[in-house]
Amino acid sequence: MNIQFYLTKLLRGLMTLLLAVTFVFIVLRASGDPAEMMLSDEASPQAIEAFRERWGLDRSYLAQYGTYLAAVVRGDFGDSFRDGRPALQVVVERIPATLQLGITALLITLIIGIPAGILAALHRGKLVDHAAMSFTIFGQSVPNFFLGIVLILVFSMTLRWLPSSGTGTLWHLIMPALTLATATAATVARFTRSSMLDVLHQPYMRTARAKGIPHDRRVLRHALPNAAIPVITVVGMRIGGLIGGAVTIETVFAWPGVGMLLVNAVNQRDLAVVQAVVLLIAFTMVTVNLIVDFTYGWLDPRVEVHNTRKATA
Amino acid sequence: MSSIEISRQMPALRRHGFLTRIWKRRPSLIIGLCIGWLALVIVAALFAPALAPFDYAEQSLLSRLKPPAILGGPEQYILGSDNLGRDVFSRLLYAMRTSILIAIMATVIGATVGTALGIVAAHFRGFVDDVIMMMVDFQASVPFLIVALAVLAFFGNNFVLLIVLIGLFGWDGYARIARGLVLSTNGQGYAFAIRTLGVHPARVYIRHVLPNMLGVIMVQITLNFPEIILLETSLSFLGLGVQPPGTSLGLMLGEGRNYLTTAWWMGIPAGMVIFLTTLAISLVGDWLRDLLDPNLGAKCE
Repeated sequence: MNIQFYLTKLLRGLMTLLLAVTFVFIVLRASGDPAEMMLSDEASPQAIEAFRERWGLDRSYLAQYGTYLAAVVRGDFGDSFRDGRPALQVVVERIPATLQLGITALLITLIIGIPAGILAALHRGKLVDHAAMSFTIFGQSVPNFFLGIVLILVFSMTLRWLPSSGTGTLWHLIMPALTLATATAATVARFTRSSMLDVLHQPYMRTARAKGIPHDRRVLRHALPNAAIPVITVVGMRIGGLIGGAVTIETVFAWPGVGMLLVNAVNQRDLAVVQAVVLLIAFTMVTVNLIVDFTYGWLDPRVEVHNTRKATA
Repeated sequence: MSSIEISRQMPALRRHGFLTRIWKRRPSLIIGLCIGWLALVIVAALFAPALAPFDYAEQSLLSRLKPPAILGGPEQYILGSDNLGRDVFSRLLYAMRTSILIAIMATVIGATVGTALGIVAAHFRGFVDDVIMMMVDFQASVPFLIVALAVLAFFGNNFVLLIVLIGLFGWDGYARIARGLVLSTNGQGYAFAIRTLGVHPARVYIRHVLPNMLGVIMVQITLNFPEIILLETSLSFLGLGVQPPGTSLGLMLGEGRNYLTTAWWMGIPAGMVIFLTTLAISLVGDWLRDLLDPNLGAKCE
């Protein structure tokens, strides 16, 4: 266990968050008078004055930045001008729907992507390999919103098997989750395959075979744990892709999650909500990256040593 | 950060893929089809005004939502007409023009900015390097579609902002590559020799380092270009990218979404064009990668 490794990672995560907050602050200040932009057109002069007071808009930029930072740390992102509720509350309400969609998509990704990659690597050059890799090419090239629309056209409008929009039952979840998972599953399958191929050619695999260990046990106990390391990183990285994808997918399927909220907020220029969503997503991403880094360091002790050396050098 | 580690591995892992072997087996057919398709797209983008039978904005309210000619629609509408009686085929040509134009301009911006920042980072090292690499990490850690949506929300939508914004997508990839290459070149004898001769560092980079980078940057472009097309079409699809009366492939699909039951031909052709184009660029990119670095295949097989 190396504390310095974890501290370095934690510090970089915090720096990224600070950068995100700074970015939103700069964009907000650079784009015009926040009081006019954040409040609706019908806001009274008193409301505008109160807003200026609250965010310290008549003081220096540095003081404003301090006020903003303190507010963000408290979870205060301002009020949505649609209904005057705190932006954070508006966003938090939508999180369960997005989590439901995202976690289902992640599970589909793992259930399809990893076995497909392993099978392709084990049967390299055979039909399974070709089929799996054709799927990855398809999955990585097809725009998710187009895939979603084609699925709606086929399964909702023509066959009438599945509902095209909304939420509530498991049937509603199938198409959005599958659409969201396709690109991620393709990437994961591709990485699992190359990672497995790398491992299968390692000398210790030959040793294991020479020792007479059965095929399945060799694959599951010797190859898979070693091949898992890069795959976990890719899965962690693709979570960003899942969140980005959720924005379009939720809009296509009218799924009432954070993504659809963001698109609507951008359309209506409900800036308090927009900044709350952006910062929450940045926070999620940093947390996921930290978890991936820590898992990585735990799975492969060599990474820890290597990274610490790099960080201290 | 995990993102850096994996991005170093990515090219190596990608290269001995299935695509390599597809190409070895059938170089002529699949790659030929892809190149043919891309050529078609480029011709359509360049000559849209000459090729389009109608003006893309010309409305004909009497012939709305007509099916394509082969499905029994009027002969003049090859791919049917949309909800305002505009010719889908003509609009498709113009949409390709807009989408490809944006993608090319954005790629130029991203490649230039990214490469320049990468060189700067590697040249100055120290604090400058740290700051630039931190920005690279930041870019890689937040989904860019979200950042783009936020900026469009704050500044409002206009065409120039849209192009600059899309251009900033993917600069981190170029920066990382340029930085790595400069660092390794600076360690080599010839760079040291030129510098000893008293040549200005800028000249060393422009005359000696940059030409050596072009191949790798080309490969990065083939990886980045489909993603840029997807970003623009996603934004336009959400109604937050190219604005009407302009048209883009994403916007056409977005408009067609509301008419799926009555007139699927409004959006589906645009979606097919996006899909085929990103697919073709990815396949041609893999093929180019092998051409540029033939050793890789031998090393990996």
